[in-house]
Amino acid sequence: MNTPLLSILIWLPIIGGVLVLGVGDARGDNNGNGDGNGNGDGNNNGARAALARKLALGLSSAVLLLSVPLYTQFDAGSAAMQFTEHARWIDAFNIHYALGVDGISMPLILLTTLLTVVVVVAGWQVITERVAQYMAAFLIMEGLMVGVFSALDAVLFYLFWEAMLIPMFLIIGIWGGPNRIYATIKFFLYTLLGSLLMLVALLYLYHASGGSFSILDYHRLPLALTPQIFIFLAFFAAFAVKVPMFPVHTWLPDAHVEAPTGGSVILAAVMLKMGGYGFMRFNLPVTPDASRELAWLMITLSLIAVVYIALVALAQRDMKKLIAYSSISHMGFVTLGLFLFNAHGFEGALLQMISHGFISGALFLCVGVLYDRMHSRQLADYGGVATPMPVFAAFMVLFALANAGLPGTSGFVGELLVILGAFQVNAWIAAAAALTLIFGAAYTLWMVKRVVYGAVASDKVAALTDVNRREILFLAVLAALVLLVGVWPAPLLEVMHATLEHLAQHTAASKLP
Amino acid sequence: MTFASLKVAAALPEIFLAVAACAILLFSAINSSDNRAGRACWFAVAALLITALLVIAGFPAVDAAATTAFNAMFIGDALSALMKVGMCLLCAAAFLYGREYNRARGIATCEYYVLGLFSAAGMLVMASANHLLTLYLGLELMSLCLYALVASARENKLASEAAMKYFVLGALASSILLYGMSLLYGLTGALELPAIRAALVSAADADAVDPALALAVVFIVVALAFKLGAAPFHMWLPDVYHGAPTSTTAFLSAAPKIAAFAVVLRLLADGLGDLTGVWQSMLIILALLSVAVGNFIAIAQHNLKRMLAYSAVSHMGFFLFGIAAGNAAGYSASLFYVLIYAVMSVGAFGAVLCLARDGSEFERLDDLRGLSKRQPRIALLILILMLSMAGIPPTAGFFAKLAVIQALVGAGLVWVAVAAVLLAVVGAFYYLRVIKLMYFDAPADDAMDLAPAIADRPAHVLLAFNALIIIAILPWIGALIALCNAVIAAAV
Repeated sequence: MNTPLLSILIWLPIIGGVLVLGVGDARGDNNGNGDGNGNGDGNNNGARAALARKLALGLSSAVLLLSVPLYTQFDAGSAAMQFTEHARWIDAFNIHYALGVDGISMPLILLTTLLTVVVVVAGWQVITERVAQYMAAFLIMEGLMVGVFSALDAVLFYLFWEAMLIPMFLIIGIWGGPNRIYATIKFFLYTLLGSLLMLVALLYLYHASGGSFSILDYHRLPLALTPQIFIFLAFFAAFAVKVPMFPVHTWLPDAHVEAPTGGSVILAAVMLKMGGYGFMRFNLPVTPDASRELAWLMITLSLIAVVYIALVALAQRDMKKLIAYSSISHMGFVTLGLFLFNAHGFEGALLQMISHGFISGALFLCVGVLYDRMHSRQLADYGGVATPMPVFAAFMVLFALANAGLPGTSGFVGELLVILGAFQVNAWIAAAAALTLIFGAAYTLWMVKRVVYGAVASDKVAALTDVNRREILFLAVLAALVLLVGVWPAPLLEVMHATLEHLAQHTAASKLP
Repeated sequence: MTFASLKVAAALPEIFLAVAACAILLFSAINSSDNRAGRACWFAVAALLITALLVIAGFPAVDAAATTAFNAMFIGDALSALMKVGMCLLCAAAFLYGREYNRARGIATCEYYVLGLFSAAGMLVMASANHLLTLYLGLELMSLCLYALVASARENKLASEAAMKYFVLGALASSILLYGMSLLYGLTGALELPAIRAALVSAADADAVDPALALAVVFIVVALAFKLGAAPFHMWLPDVYHGAPTSTTAFLSAAPKIAAFAVVLRLLADGLGDLTGVWQSMLIILALLSVAVGNFIAIAQHNLKRMLAYSAVSHMGFFLFGIAAGNAAGYSASLFYVLIYAVMSVGAFGAVLCLARDGSEFERLDDLRGLSKRQPRIALLILILMLSMAGIPPTAGFFAKLAVIQALVGAGLVWVAVAAVLLAVVGAFYYLRVIKLMYFDAPADDAMDLAPAIADRPAHVLLAFNALIIIAILPWIGALIALCNAVIAAAV
């Protein structure tokens, strides 16, 4: 096949995003003249906003449809990179425009394209200010995220990885809550610090490999243990911040609470996955010996995240903060699974990433639905939502149960696989990880109890209107996926299997010279 | 010695520029129209563009042997040609940005542009210097004109103070440089850079460096640090950037940096190229101090021009990192860095010029509040410039930093590279604050918008081009890096 599918998936949304930006830029430089015809401007803006929305929906749907062949034409039996593209870019540094996907990145790309559509739909009526800029930011971010997952050249990867910060920085900063500026600058600087250390590691590898920026070359490059450990730590700085792992997780609750709903969804559902993806693409295959050497550290930090952060979540009064902490706790499962070095662990980790993408995205959307109506995220302001909003309550309970890891939902499969993997290593690790099933159930169900059930808390709650068709649409899609993966994970596991098998073999072999 | 043996044609661009400057001076003397300064500006821009074309027309092949002229005092290699094109274009850009501003601020005299052209001629001479005297001649021609340009707003006390500081410290730095050069002459008996290098080959192999030679190197490095504005010799720079009329700041923040690169390269990498061990550690300390001091103090600034001045200090640090790597890859990275930086810097001050209004300089950071609502296009362009200065992909500023850090890692200075990137994170903060003010904050005071903007359409178009090129160059950025590599490989 010669269609540059991955390039289309990257550049269509980016170019489309720039177009949307152009459509909606109604206020020109000379706004001093616009005073006389304010009404005309208002209508004009409204029409432009509607056009921007439609354009954004069309583009993101087109990208979603175009990404389907990635799955249908994917050769699940091969661990090699597929849909590869290659072009020379900067010869002086041997930087190439190289793209490709394997069983790790392909599902994550599908997750990205799906959730972007959801976010565009979710922001349809809610975002009324600077609509075109909002939609454009998400479209550009979609392209950049697909780029991160498909780049096979280290500099290209870094380029997408950092460029992605810019739209997110603006999304939180412009459309966020009251404390958004603190949150967004913290988010940006935290991530930048980690990324720049990764850049030094990449440049070290560039020189160590005799002048190559190809990630696959790095996988084969023999390295002594000391440089491996330093490289591991540099990558760790970048990816642990993104996941985020304890103790560098503190930006996440701030960023989530302040971000608009769409921003929270993309942040939780896709951006956090980039940390896990980075571990699978860089740490494990490039520095396998250091990974094994430092596995104790990673497992300890993961278990702290799983158990301690779950307890922190229990104490939250703000719904978004609670889900944010729950995200950190669940991502702890991912990092735990990755550093068990067995097939169950890897599969569980990747499945957990996908599943968490659906569930956390859906929960943030649920909070968004409530927030749009009540303008409050405080648990104390809610109670008895099920009475005025029965349909919404059903969705919310389903996603909460999935978050708690109820069998039959996608949340269960990933966690079960990771715990199984942990048992093969050490029963105590497994036991500690399994604690989260209890804590997770505790904080999510307690949240559901306080929000959805009980007596109607106030007149405002009693006056709530149930979800409309648009909201049902995106919640139902996510609910279907949560159940589908929960009941029948085989289609997902199949495409991952060969790649993860290969990763397990690769990390088992020593790269010491 | 015959006239022909001087090979005057090699210096055609410089000669043309100097003659054009004299012609504009004559024009100003005989023309008495009110708008003669505005026309002089267009003439000056045209002269600079023609000079650039002359350089391009005579662009030597990268792999050809360098031609020398005036008894090897002047060298015409691909490196100097590349720098000259950059200098001419950047000076022309600074003139275009500042044309209407100068008129509005009452400093529009033809002499302003004439001085600018002479200064540019000095820069071109520096780019081609192959001899300590040529180097010094170019440097002084450039600097003396710059002092006068800073003082061009005669009524303004800040500008006068800035010019005084600039002149006194600049003269001090020049004397230190001369002292270092004289020591070097005493040790080697040569003034031509290749001859100095040849004379020092044995000194470089010796186990212990001759103390007199070390002293000469210290004097030269200190003088260069003064001229560059590298910490701890940067004190003049924020006052000059702040006090000078913004049009002058735009001028002196861009092309002179390339000229400074030329001096550093010719003196350290070429003349003292075999003494890397002597000056490398000095440059690393200067560079680390510059990046640290520049970035930390920039955070505390409330004035955009001062903030950009401290940012310039930190950028000079990054530029020195490349030189400090002490190999061709490092020099090439520095050249690439300084070219990109000069484009960003002239753009940033150009944006300040485009924002300036009658009765308001628009240079406080608070003035930027809510700019994205009032002037979305300029805000977007400033956003791009700030991200590029912070070195965030996908801007050219990122590739500049990538090249420098790559050279550091390649030279085995991994820990210096780590320190550099950590300090770059500090730097990102104040660039982000500019974006925050423009995009996240509500406009503070709408009264400012009532006064008409000063800048004319050409300045706005230029600003758009200037900022967008920083992203649009991306597919071809490899060619620029390759060109830098090639000209450096031919020169050292």
